[in-house]
Amino acid sequence: MPLLEVENLQTHFRTPDGINRAVDGVSFHVEEGETLAVVGESGCGKSVTANSILRLIPEPPGKIAGSIRFQGADLLKLSDRAMRKVRGNDIAMIFQEPMTSLNPVLTVGRQLGETLRLHQRVGKQEADERAIEMLRLVGISEAKRRLDEYPHQLSGGMRQRVMIAIALSCRPKLLIADEPTTALDVTIQAQILDLMKDLKSKVGAAIILITHDLGIVAEVAERVMVMYAGRKVEEAPVAELYRSPRHPYTQGLFGAVPKLGSSLDGTATRLAEIPGVVPSLKERLPGCVFASRCALATDLCRQAAPALELKAKAHFAACHYAPKEALAA
Amino acid sequence: MSVPLLEVNDLKKHFVLRSGLLGTNAATVSAVDGVSFTIDKGETLALVGESGCGKSTVGRCILRLFDSTAGQVILDGQRIDDLSPAALRPLRRRIQVVFQDPFSSLNPRLRVRDILAEPIRNFGLAKSSADLKERVARLMEVVRLPRDAINRWPHEFSGGQRQRIGIARALAAEPDLIVCDEAVSALDVSVKAQIVNLLQDLQKELGLALLFISHDLAIVEHMTHRVAVMYLGKIVELGAKRQIFAAPKHPYTQALLSAVPVPEPGASRDRIILQGDVPSPINPPRGCRFHTRCPYVFDRCRTEVPALRPTMTDHFAACHLHDLPAAQNPLAAVAA
Amino acid sequence: MTVQSATLVVPPGIAIAAPTAEVLPPVKVRRGLFGFIYRYPTIAFGGALLIVMLLIAILAPYLGTVDPTALAPAKRTRSPSADFWFGTDMFGRDIYSRVVYGTRVSLTVGLSVAVLASLSGLIVGLISGFVRWTDGIIMRIMDGMMSIPPILLAITLMALTRASVGNVITAITIAEFPRVARLVRGVVLTLREQPYVDAAVAAGTRAPTILLRHILPNTLAPMTVQATYICASAMIVEAILSFIGAGTPPTTPSWGNIMAEGRALWQVKPFIVFFPAVFLSITVLAVNLLGDGLRDMLDPRMAKRL
Repeated sequence: MPLLEVENLQTHFRTPDGINRAVDGVSFHVEEGETLAVVGESGCGKSVTANSILRLIPEPPGKIAGSIRFQGADLLKLSDRAMRKVRGNDIAMIFQEPMTSLNPVLTVGRQLGETLRLHQRVGKQEADERAIEMLRLVGISEAKRRLDEYPHQLSGGMRQRVMIAIALSCRPKLLIADEPTTALDVTIQAQILDLMKDLKSKVGAAIILITHDLGIVAEVAERVMVMYAGRKVEEAPVAELYRSPRHPYTQGLFGAVPKLGSSLDGTATRLAEIPGVVPSLKERLPGCVFASRCALATDLCRQAAPALELKAKAHFAACHYAPKEALAA
Repeated sequence: MSVPLLEVNDLKKHFVLRSGLLGTNAATVSAVDGVSFTIDKGETLALVGESGCGKSTVGRCILRLFDSTAGQVILDGQRIDDLSPAALRPLRRRIQVVFQDPFSSLNPRLRVRDILAEPIRNFGLAKSSADLKERVARLMEVVRLPRDAINRWPHEFSGGQRQRIGIARALAAEPDLIVCDEAVSALDVSVKAQIVNLLQDLQKELGLALLFISHDLAIVEHMTHRVAVMYLGKIVELGAKRQIFAAPKHPYTQALLSAVPVPEPGASRDRIILQGDVPSPINPPRGCRFHTRCPYVFDRCRTEVPALRPTMTDHFAACHLHDLPAAQNPLAAVAA
Repeated sequence: MTVQSATLVVPPGIAIAAPTAEVLPPVKVRRGLFGFIYRYPTIAFGGALLIVMLLIAILAPYLGTVDPTALAPAKRTRSPSADFWFGTDMFGRDIYSRVVYGTRVSLTVGLSVAVLASLSGLIVGLISGFVRWTDGIIMRIMDGMMSIPPILLAITLMALTRASVGNVITAITIAEFPRVARLVRGVVLTLREQPYVDAAVAAGTRAPTILLRHILPNTLAPMTVQATYICASAMIVEAILSFIGAGTPPTTPSWGNIMAEGRALWQVKPFIVFFPAVFLSITVLAVNLLGDGLRDMLDPRMAKRL
């Protein structure tokens, strides 16, 4: 049984201008200990998906439908109280902006200890000891001194490490990382990615990594899911996806990313452009969400939305024209 | 030997921070500390580095958005850093700028046609109001936006489209050099590609020179001719693109290049992970500013500031390693 | 050729995604006036109340009123009745007429002070925020003025001149404009850092033009919100000044005057104080609601625009 099984997730928001269908029918699963990357550009719904899993969506303007089964139990059916026991304990999340994700008026020790004391009911002494252990685990030197420091005294990279420490303090089974390195410098990003790979083996948590950076996905993920306009358009193991992306949007994304070293081996060509803009999520699109920008689109595409089909081994794409490989018998 | 379009000599910019009760406790941030380079007509120089290295400050000093503390900025043989604002104004036409954030780089209370008309009017480039209208419409075409969109407000456009409007505004003055200050950093992947292609096309068509300030090395490699790598206010390496990317001669450049994640799963990486964080520019390390994180640090690095010196033709690096005999220099072995 | 979805012919082997369900009931996108009222009820309600008050002030002679200054001692202190809807005061004057005409005074004072204080505060704030070397001096003067409670300041200024509506307006304006100046200055300081201002500098625009074209229009939104609060505050200050006899002359009917005159009889003839008080409260409420609504309407959009 997979650790997390999301089925037909829909998260819609009421706005004065109409209904914003941020996530519209997304299904996926995450096995224990595996890393799934969710890739897409802004507005595709990847952050909303992550927030929906932890039910961090404000319910009056928003509404979540579908099922999110974590270890068999549907999270959407849990009471608020039961959900709070899950957050931070079984499923943890780290955010993009280390500057605003840590409370500026509480010390690092206080914030680390908060989760520990809440979920594991330990006293202050033991919480501090465990906090020091966590800080060492994420590679922060002079851990004891850091307990009494405030977030503004730490650099961006260190704050992100503290966030990772807080997230892992209760040894969650699933970690959701929402663009964890986007706000960091390249050399610091390398440190954090290195740390995450190291922790994967030590802590054994499954990771949902949300990002727009195809380089990070290649380094850290085992499986990849591509989202566009609130839908999932492609899903495959990472090597397979990079070898042969089948959905026109994924192909467009790969073509648009310049590769380091392109000038040296003579492969420097014009970057591929995806013409047009992302359609508004407030309108109901009868056909494929990508049809308005796709070079291959036909009337069929514009009227009948393609279902996710198995195109190759463990490789799904939602496109009428994506080629299928004959699967090995 | 033609005169370079832009020449920057030993540019310095220090900010004074006042703290304490009556603002008496002054600390100096040496954001830019002796930067020199040249840009020729029609060429792109990329200024790369991480946050706090001073690259944006260099751009602003060149644009005279504030005054530099020391050094010279020479445009086509004429010094512009010591001109009065009135004398500077006609010369501003030749250097324009595109900023990073598409959402705050356009005045939300002006229609697109007024935003684009402003530089044209300031420099008196239009002969009549009909000519002005035509110029504005043509600018929209050049950046591949519909002509009739000139009557709309900025908030009606997407991020990528607003960035195009920003580029159109920069082109309105018919400049020789455009400073792109992280011009594509805030855009989505596919939109980035559109804007990068546009900039390259415009450079070819109009013979523009570009000072491309960025921290994204893959984009830089794609579109630049030469590269200057900055760290804590100084240029640590400068040279032609091929040489910098194939055979970096400074440990920081090496680490920077190896830190960029490559979209190739399973590729074996000999990653150089730098320890520690970037030091504060208020109290930069003595000697070579990079020595606190350098994997090859030795004694001389801690006391003496290395000068930017040529290691090959048109390839400069500021590192003491190159004074060592080749056998002891780990960077000498890196072949192009 | 357009194919109707009902008659769509699907080639064999093509997998079509099941249509997604509607999670939320549909949103009726209301446009026009009703749309506006639906989205911004506070502005609609406050604005409507204020318009009613304005109409009362303008149409005062046609609303069944008599001369508000006509003395009729024979009919003094009558309770509200069919002849005198709000009753009469101790001089026999019709309270209804006085209250209705009093609307003119309060609204004149409120709106004039709002406009004058906004304009003067805008100019001072723009200069202070944009011309750096003036900032210190101007702000210290503003701080000094703000440290005196506006009512005391107004009383002091009124003590130096004779009572009249014009002087009341001037006094309250002087007391209120430093707040606007400080607000505008703060906004200007933020706006100066915006990239579009730098772009204008790089495009060769001169400083005065930058101030008028790029900075000024973007200060108007927060300033307008502040102006509504000043209007409400000014009406209350005028009422207080009149109440203590330092405001409008006793012959001019103003809500403060009426309440002042009715104070002695408050326990036996409460209606003299009651009606002007209700009118004042409703008007101040209307203006405050308008201000709150404007602030909500402008803020998130400002965040998107800026």
